[in-house]
Amino acid sequence: MKIIVCIKQVPDTTEVKLDPKTGRLIRDGVPSIINPDDKNSLEAALQIKDNDPDTRVIVVSMGPPQADIALREALAMGADEAILISGREFGGSDTWATSYIIASAIKKIPDYDLILCGRQAIDGDTAQVGPQIAEQLGIPQVTYAQKIEVNGDTIIVQRQYEDFYQNIEVKMPCLITAIKELNEPRYMTPGGIADAYSVKNVTVWGFADVPVDPEKIGLKGSPTNVYRTFSPEAKGMGRILDGSDRNTVKELLSELDNKHLL
Amino acid sequence: MEIIKEKCRGCTLCAGACPFGAIVMVDGKATVTDACTNCGACESSCHFGAIVVDKAEESARDIKDYHGVWVFAEQRDGNVMSTTFELLGEGRLLADKLGVELCAVLLGYKTEGMASTLGAWGADKVIAVDNELLCNYTTDAYANVITKLVESRMPEIFLIGATTIGRDLAPRLSARLYTGLTADCTKLDIDEETHNLLQTRPAFGGNVMATIVTPNHRPQMATVRPGVMKKAPWNPAKKAVIEYVDIAIAKDDIRTRIVETVRELKQQVNLIEADIIVSGGRGVGSAEGFVLIEKLAEAFGGVVGASRAAVEAGYITADHQVGQTGKTVRPKIYVACGISGAIQHLAGMQNSGCIIAINKDADAPIFKVADYGIVGDLHKVIPILIDEIKMRVK
Repeated sequence: MKIIVCIKQVPDTTEVKLDPKTGRLIRDGVPSIINPDDKNSLEAALQIKDNDPDTRVIVVSMGPPQADIALREALAMGADEAILISGREFGGSDTWATSYIIASAIKKIPDYDLILCGRQAIDGDTAQVGPQIAEQLGIPQVTYAQKIEVNGDTIIVQRQYEDFYQNIEVKMPCLITAIKELNEPRYMTPGGIADAYSVKNVTVWGFADVPVDPEKIGLKGSPTNVYRTFSPEAKGMGRILDGSDRNTVKELLSELDNKHLL
Repeated sequence: MEIIKEKCRGCTLCAGACPFGAIVMVDGKATVTDACTNCGACESSCHFGAIVVDKAEESARDIKDYHGVWVFAEQRDGNVMSTTFELLGEGRLLADKLGVELCAVLLGYKTEGMASTLGAWGADKVIAVDNELLCNYTTDAYANVITKLVESRMPEIFLIGATTIGRDLAPRLSARLYTGLTADCTKLDIDEETHNLLQTRPAFGGNVMATIVTPNHRPQMATVRPGVMKKAPWNPAKKAVIEYVDIAIAKDDIRTRIVETVRELKQQVNLIEADIIVSGGRGVGSAEGFVLIEKLAEAFGGVVGASRAAVEAGYITADHQVGQTGKTVRPKIYVACGISGAIQHLAGMQNSGCIIAINKDADAPIFKVADYGIVGDLHKVIPILIDEIKMRVK
């Protein structure tokens, strides 16, 4: 089997803040990691490889040159090949343009059976790029996978919904997006780390290597633009209702009533 | 298609991109042979603008030709999802600002009953596609049908609930339609000058808000976070015009097969959709103590959440966990009982509508994000609270 895993390098978020003066994101000092859901998708691929050693796992990432580190980590975890799609021309791409570029790159990889992506990245939380890649490639998708079972040329995916799940059968080639319930990602091994920096390599594909329409990439090719960014209104400290007696509780409930919350 | 020889640099990318092997290199320039089907695959491979494919049909479409606000009327098992009514409430406001029609798009099987309710929630029109193959959601059938509807009727705005179905369907559609999609919006508005849809959403774990526009593509698509938009008042006198559209669906076009649908016997903890969450932390003290939390949740008509500390102490199972490593929630009311308010917990609940904290320690960080705080022993406060809520119901 040939499996392509799409990963994204993301800042280890929730500590990311806006500079109140410039209105720009402060990313300095925030460590970069492989997006958590993407790690689950990589683990799923590696588990398939564990069962079938003939499997080849190719990790693909689009990002700046620094994303090399994320790809090396994926190699150290056990991936066989890594491709970094990197070029200034790709910068400023929204999810549509990003999926178009990644899909165009994947078209250069012959005979893949399965593409695995994380459901969503913690910096953007859009959950859009996976399904958009599937559409650009014209292959079926199953999102929110909490269990994957390969069965010949088909896969049974346990697909999570809000309050139930479905077992969905899909023929390969297809694209599946992983959620964290899928598995517990493995750690890099010392030998794996050594390999990631010696026998294995990260291939860089620039603008000239990926057959894309320059009108459909970057800021220019992106259907969406950021109009403005701002900090959410700081939540001021509320009221402290003193005491634990009935009057306090009554006061609380009438406040909730006033706000039509009950 | 045509190759402009002056612009061709002989890079051979187009020859590789052609599915029909119809481009060959002659004297270092790309040349088209008779095998060409004018499919256009080569056009996007050229970096130098040397390939021109006739696209008269496409360019004839102007964004001014797109009219109306559409809402995806999501249904499951023959019931319209409550998210749909929220979208209709918000869609109504947008449609009125633009002076256009609000249309609900309903896909399903035996949809008559569902279609007739949508007017009362604000829809002017319902486009219904009724087909046995649409009974349950599949990406392919739904995307194919909706693509046909959008392409023939051209709405300017298309809202979809950010449910686990909406977030599967919407990106697929936007990729096919080459239009912008903004995920999980919490606020929508119309720009008075341009009439563009202003789509606001949280990013970076809620630390940043971003307003997104789709200036040159239509429809402007957005998924909308469930539970955020207000439903319009239900008005049974208002009836929508219902139009049934017949769109053929080939079974073979649906490339996924639902083998089985499993509702786990165990009551699923639906923290994400809950309007009210009552959470307990280490201060609850024991697994038995959580009975009190459950009773309060029941009195409020909400569900039970927990901090990581409570889960790690074994008071309650991990599916209740709220926070960075658990679920991120945004209920209308969040009651934190005996939760100190570690950053990892706050990250998962600080955007709740109204936060009530009950804690013995007046210096607990949870009070910094609470709208209402009661400094006191939860074991004393909660029974009174339950009592008072019950009296109100009576």
